[in-house]
Amino acid sequence: MMFTNRYQDLIYFDNSATSWPKPPGVAEAMVHFLTNIGANPGRSGHQLAIESSRIVYETREKICTLFNAHDPLSVTFNKNITEAINLVLRGFLKPGDHVITSSMEHNSVMRPLRALEATGVEITIVQCTPDGMVDPLSIEKAIRTNTKLVVINHSSNVIGTILPIAEIGKIAQKYDLLFLVDTAQSAGKVLIDMDKDDIDLLAFTGHKSLLGPMGTGGLVFGNWVNPTRIEPLIRGGTGSRSEEEYQPEFLPDVYESGTQNAVGIAGLGAGIDWILEKGVEIIRKHEMGLTQQLIDALKAIPEVIVYSPDDAKMNTGTVSFNIKGVTPSEVGLRLDEDFGVLSRVGLHCAPAAHKTIGTFPVGSVRFGVGIFNTSEQVDDAIRAVASIAKASR
Amino acid sequence: MTSPRYAVVLVYATSYALRVEQILKKAGIEAKLIPVPRQLSSDCGVCVRILYENMEDAQVWLDKNHCEFEGIYPLPPGSRG
Repeated sequence: MMFTNRYQDLIYFDNSATSWPKPPGVAEAMVHFLTNIGANPGRSGHQLAIESSRIVYETREKICTLFNAHDPLSVTFNKNITEAINLVLRGFLKPGDHVITSSMEHNSVMRPLRALEATGVEITIVQCTPDGMVDPLSIEKAIRTNTKLVVINHSSNVIGTILPIAEIGKIAQKYDLLFLVDTAQSAGKVLIDMDKDDIDLLAFTGHKSLLGPMGTGGLVFGNWVNPTRIEPLIRGGTGSRSEEEYQPEFLPDVYESGTQNAVGIAGLGAGIDWILEKGVEIIRKHEMGLTQQLIDALKAIPEVIVYSPDDAKMNTGTVSFNIKGVTPSEVGLRLDEDFGVLSRVGLHCAPAAHKTIGTFPVGSVRFGVGIFNTSEQVDDAIRAVASIAKASR
Repeated sequence: MTSPRYAVVLVYATSYALRVEQILKKAGIEAKLIPVPRQLSSDCGVCVRILYENMEDAQVWLDKNHCEFEGIYPLPPGSRG
């Protein structure tokens, strides 16, 4: 079958949902895997199975390099970050335990927490400011004798605000609480250091700013985290300890039952290679420039309300806005149909965040910039927004 | 020409075998991943084969790198795995 690309002239500003395009090496690595390797990682002992395992192992190493983690075996793969977050929340928290989170969280955190609340887990949702910032002291004040975990997103999927994870990590460490960080919007975009940021559990997703394919994500465990304290979500074949009918308790196998998405992980490895070669600081500089350009130009349009913080230094490249008098869905459709600008509109799976910024239940239009966007594309998108805004007068 | 005598490092999982292989190769010790010999374990995974004469060196290097493994076992003369 031949595929034709009818979409090359579009302006893709939906990188906060999934990054696109990917570096060419990603598809190449996946084609190589499917064409030349193909075997099951961690199962069988023949050379193709070993090569498959090696690709998965090397991707674990790359993840360690990116986040300054020290042990490739402390990296577990899941199908995405939602599964990784569920694994920790549902596997660790017990009735009577208390957990602290922020009012800017995605439903990947909120929904499992609300379900756990019904089983007797106590939840404190620390209120953030309308620009998405959390005061670390308010987290410290929320700590109780039964507090076990702090879970926080590193940056907002609605307005891009970067939260002070290092400060929160210090507080969690001081009170001996487990600290889980959702890096869905920040991994690969800003520097993250498991040690310096005092992160116990880092949840990542492959298909956003790590530039890999969908169906990849996982957790990085700090060396000091005892995996036996966190129950696996599922149990089954791991390719190890096959004589046992009980789940192995060691990392990463304890959380990796069933055949892994090795082809996806091969692609993810290539995505991270690209990031490491380019450098996170270079990526950050480019994306921050585009983000500031976007914020400044949107704010200059009288009918536009921008919800993201004014300063792109505080933002991972996600800009939310509305045009007064026009619904986000209408704006999104016109941007797409009339101008070829692709955004995401609505509540972005984060009702709590939209309540915090004052846009619930209408939502907003979201532009998510990525490393492959250009300044010219920002100019074109701004012209499109201005044109829709003008027509609304 | 007589074939060399081998030993194997048994590990918990394939990912551990890859780590053992990495450490040993860095130390200049020849290492190859092979299926676990049935007589040593009922595990269906892989282990790391080394030369019999490198058993002690391998132990030292793996300990030095805090690398977890189940044990190092000699294979009978003539056995490749």
